[in-house]
Amino acid sequence: MTVVHAFPDVIDQLVGVVAGGAVDEVRARRPLARLHAQQSYQAIFEPAPPPPGHDGAFSAVERFAVATFVAALHRQPAFIAFYATGLSRAGASTAVQETLIAAAQQGATSGPYGSYPAGALSAEDVQGPNYTVSAAHRAVLGVRLAAALAHAHLLVLHPRDAKAEGLRALLDAGWSPDEIVTLSQLVSFLSFQVRVVVGLRALSELPAVAAAA
Amino acid sequence: MITHPDNVEPNAFTQAQLDWLPWLPPLPQAQLTERHLAGLVDAARAKSPYFMLLARDPDILGARTRTDKDIFYNVEAGLPRAERELAATATSRFNGCIYCASVHARFASHFSPRSADVQRLLDEGVSARLDPRWDAIVAASVALTSTPIEFGASHIQALRAVGLDDLAISDVIHGAAFFNWANRLMLSLGEPALPAA
Repeated sequence: MTVVHAFPDVIDQLVGVVAGGAVDEVRARRPLARLHAQQSYQAIFEPAPPPPGHDGAFSAVERFAVATFVAALHRQPAFIAFYATGLSRAGASTAVQETLIAAAQQGATSGPYGSYPAGALSAEDVQGPNYTVSAAHRAVLGVRLAAALAHAHLLVLHPRDAKAEGLRALLDAGWSPDEIVTLSQLVSFLSFQVRVVVGLRALSELPAVAAAA
Repeated sequence: MITHPDNVEPNAFTQAQLDWLPWLPPLPQAQLTERHLAGLVDAARAKSPYFMLLARDPDILGARTRTDKDIFYNVEAGLPRAERELAATATSRFNGCIYCASVHARFASHFSPRSADVQRLLDEGVSARLDPRWDAIVAASVALTSTPIEFGASHIQALRAVGLDDLAISDVIHGAAFFNWANRLMLSLGEPALPAA
């Protein structure tokens, strides 16, 4: 099967894939995964207009703002730079950009942590912070984005702590059910993308010895 | 927002079939358009509350599903299917997604067929010793799942040492990475339930 794809796509760019190199070769063996990882990126960050009857209030600035925060929680410089550039392009101020990075520095910790439903697994519960955006950062970012960042922190670092009642804060801050699904996809997709990038970069930096034999 | 006050969530990892209850209303069947059906990929998924909730953003759902299918079902060389499911199970065990782990532990058991080893991974967690090859795949999946990400050269060397080529290593990376996506959706948009008797 021939699948036409743009080279380099976002994952190639973030890994630093060389055309025809070992990582390009392995990605080419899973052409639909490569194509649809890129289409996932595009569906989230370059979305088509929403279907009739569905609102489209989740702006490009908000999407790249949450992405910049998620990237900073992962402490991956190339990943942060990529989404911060997208944020600038979408028209966010330097103040918003700096606030997102500062907020992520306050929220950054090690994961995954969290609690299980009470029982034998409770012995594996790991306590960790329940992050909320500070009043000073909220003043810059607004209520809606502040609620999104708190939710993103939960998903990135302690997703097993999620509760139905936790969605109330998003709904109260003006996030519709459609937008909450998109927000969840955005954070979850980035959790995938950053791991593909880090994994493939490690692979590209350690060529197989057998290939040279 | 939908709460399920009468649901007693399963509190152990299991290979048994579980249900999943959404916390937001799935898209009503009557609102399905061509674009939603394209996003669902398989029309049968219109019966699933999980996929009908994700259908609220059909384009990302469609791209996500097609990414998933090629990572796990493309049998052209690389990592055997059972071990892709092992990476998914180990990732789900480490993140704490009881629902995801149940589905992919069943698949790993079916394809390997090493149900007792899969059950030990569920019971003892990701430090369970299974065999050198499975241990290397589990350890790589866990390192990639940690935040900050701890995956690096030592994991690649360990995977090579148990016989994985670059495509198989890439399959481990993609299988574990994909479940960092799936786990977060399942954990944050609904809860598992024991099936109705």
